[in-house]
Amino acid sequence: MANLMDLSIEYLGVKCENPFFLSSSPVGSNYDMVKKAFEEGWGGVFFKTVGIFIADECSPRFDNNAKESTPWIGFKNMEQISDKPLEDNLQAIHRLKRDYPDKIVVASIMGSSEDEWEKLSKMVTQAGADLIECNFSCPQMTSHAMGSDVGQNPDLVRDYSRAVSKETDLPVIAKMTPNIGNMEIPAIAAIEGGAKGVSAINTIKAITNIDLEFMTAMPVVNGKSSISGYSGAAVRPIGLRFITQMKQHPLLKDIQMSGIGGIETWRDALEYILVGCHNVQVTTAVMQYGYRIVSDMISGLSYYMEEQGFKKVEEMVGLALPNIVPAEELDRDFKIIVDIDHEKCIGCGRCYISCYDAAHQAINWDFDKRRPSVNDECVGCHLCINVCPVLNCITPGKVVWKDESKETPREINFKTRYE
Amino acid sequence: MSKVTKKNQLQGKEIERGYLDEAVHGYNIRTAMEEASRCVLCYDAPCSKGCPADTKPADFIRSIRFRNFKGAAATIREANALGGCTAKVCPYDRLCEEACSRTGIDKPIQIGRLQAFAIDQERQFNMKILEAPKADKEKVACIGSGPASLSCASILARNGYKVTIFEALEKPGGVLTYGILPSRLPQDVVDFDIQKVKDLGVEFVMNTRVGKDVTIEELKKQGFKAFFIGTGLWKSKKIDIAGIDLKGVHYAVDFLKDARSSEGKMKVEGDVIVIGGGDVAMDCAATAKLLGADRVSIVYRRTMEEAPANNAEIEYVRSLGISIYIKFRPKEILGEDGKVTGFIAEGTDDFSELKLKADSVIFAIGQEAEDMKKIASVELNENGTIVCDINKGFTNIEGIFAGGDIVNGGKTVVEAVAQGKSVAKSIMDYLEKKEGVN
Repeated sequence: MANLMDLSIEYLGVKCENPFFLSSSPVGSNYDMVKKAFEEGWGGVFFKTVGIFIADECSPRFDNNAKESTPWIGFKNMEQISDKPLEDNLQAIHRLKRDYPDKIVVASIMGSSEDEWEKLSKMVTQAGADLIECNFSCPQMTSHAMGSDVGQNPDLVRDYSRAVSKETDLPVIAKMTPNIGNMEIPAIAAIEGGAKGVSAINTIKAITNIDLEFMTAMPVVNGKSSISGYSGAAVRPIGLRFITQMKQHPLLKDIQMSGIGGIETWRDALEYILVGCHNVQVTTAVMQYGYRIVSDMISGLSYYMEEQGFKKVEEMVGLALPNIVPAEELDRDFKIIVDIDHEKCIGCGRCYISCYDAAHQAINWDFDKRRPSVNDECVGCHLCINVCPVLNCITPGKVVWKDESKETPREINFKTRYE
Repeated sequence: MSKVTKKNQLQGKEIERGYLDEAVHGYNIRTAMEEASRCVLCYDAPCSKGCPADTKPADFIRSIRFRNFKGAAATIREANALGGCTAKVCPYDRLCEEACSRTGIDKPIQIGRLQAFAIDQERQFNMKILEAPKADKEKVACIGSGPASLSCASILARNGYKVTIFEALEKPGGVLTYGILPSRLPQDVVDFDIQKVKDLGVEFVMNTRVGKDVTIEELKKQGFKAFFIGTGLWKSKKIDIAGIDLKGVHYAVDFLKDARSSEGKMKVEGDVIVIGGGDVAMDCAATAKLLGADRVSIVYRRTMEEAPANNAEIEYVRSLGISIYIKFRPKEILGEDGKVTGFIAEGTDDFSELKLKADSVIFAIGQEAEDMKKIASVELNENGTIVCDINKGFTNIEGIFAGGDIVNGGKTVVEAVAQGKSVAKSIMDYLEKKEGVN
């Protein structure tokens, strides 16, 4: 498996062995856990958020969403910041840096007042952390002076960023909440307050399932439950969108981003890098599969870079950004009609059903031969490609100009390979 | 001989090795969803067209996929009175699963196991799917309590007829109770399906052989207006070779009946030869092995490709370490002191020879009808089966119908269910004086 390239990347002036980090969560809660993660290959850890506040957690505190037979499409957790004494956490951070000087330890902190933020900033700097991340985004704190309620308020974000930055010479990162329409606003406020980097996204306020027995959300805590943070594969599209919007904003385009949300594979991580992240943070996939998943991230990304001729991760940062444009800028002069391969077709008729019931009645069905064929109604929407269960059975075919008289034929870039 | 392990794999199904232990583990909610999500949910689905009894697999799999397990059970039960049994014994590989579109990608959906899962839900939730109206229509007698009769009785009862099933043996079910291997078809599955028929108000009269203990004429006097003969085939075919009368020569029907009646306590010892290539032969071989035989061998006169046994059965038998010799026909049974000691077969290539040590020889070369004239003077084919239209079931005698093995010469449970259904409609047409009235 091992195909090890140099995956190192400089992040906020700190040299990181690779872009794969644990996010501040249960997966990085104590010395022994992080030690194991480091030894399995993680480049660094955003240590579980520390505060003056000590969390008192409920039981149970997790739930997951499934679709058909796939569990953990999305994951809900009700944990807050660390439930351990601050002193223990500071000591763990100190020991980790002492024992693993080449790994990156980011101290994640959360206060409930300027005073607390300042104190925490000083303490984690003294403990030896490489960087500080301000947690403005935990959506399930039992105190409303903390967490995502703060992240939704640009003034508080600015003030607290300033308070933390003032007390340390380490670069400060603001971790943003997605429970907001425009993340650019609090992100800009954080930068104005002195933050040097932005992490996104924290979890999305959610209800994963309603329990039909107790008539409450899951998980059931003595007959009741609460709205809390949603993570995992289902949120990756939302994380990618927030990062892209921030990196495309003139005031944020040069700010280094750390991408979080639904990363399970090297490919997921690469997608965050391509929209402008310098590294990625992972929790949910580790909760499901363990630290070991990092080995396939390292190897997989290495193979990709070798295949594409990239020498450094940095070369890939933001490559997709210029090609993600506002809807009004898309070329709308053509349609791509599909081809259906009758040899590959298994005759299930799914394309026919979806095209009829949800698109343009552009597929005819031969009941005797059990084969679909495309008629003149095709608008090139490619819903059929999305529902076809057979690889490469329905593929993009001929480019048709909507108005040939007006258009000079030109080369159209379109995808032909699907997985 | 290969070592039999407890968790030997057979097409992904875990195998248990007790005579009474079910060979195939059932699905739970998770594994059922996993399998249902492999289904491509076809338009105008071929699997549904592949079911003789119209059990609508495409509909019940879609119900499972969209988490309507009770709806899935209802679809099955409404279409197929033996939804539980057929889930276990259908030759899927020749019916719905053969038609499955998913085969074009990798392998068919395990439709039978999903059907068994849905029926399990019916049992767990104690569902009452079928309703019978007040039985205020004519009295109908179903003779025999096997698949065809049960299916026919169920439809009639659901339409308001007073139905009585007459069964010669002690327990109802026919081949389901006295034939098929319990590791393929556990008795509780049979009993559950039969209970559903009883719940419709169908009366069961046991230990009563029509034609001997009671006659059709007597039943007519009791007010029965129509009769369905679904007695099955219970006489083993015999061949005339040297040694056929030795002690240790058995016939499939009796051997399986004795094994099932003993509830697994019957002992089989030594070397056993089974002659035949159908499901019954496979059941005999597996029964002998599971009840203690040292070495079991099947001898069949054609190739395995031609064997009527379904693939899952053949695989199961092979997984038990049973040898199958093909293209041999029996020549002689050897004996000493009136008891079987060996068996000789000759190759159909007129060259090969096979000589095996044997303590028992079981013939499973097909079944024949018992004398149906004892029941009624219906017209018979040369082989003793009843002459009638397979779908409609009209015999040459007005008011007497027939279906199942006694008409088709011995086919599958699901085909008997299908005939029971269609003949029930003929009986209703007849009683409503629409057809078959002279």
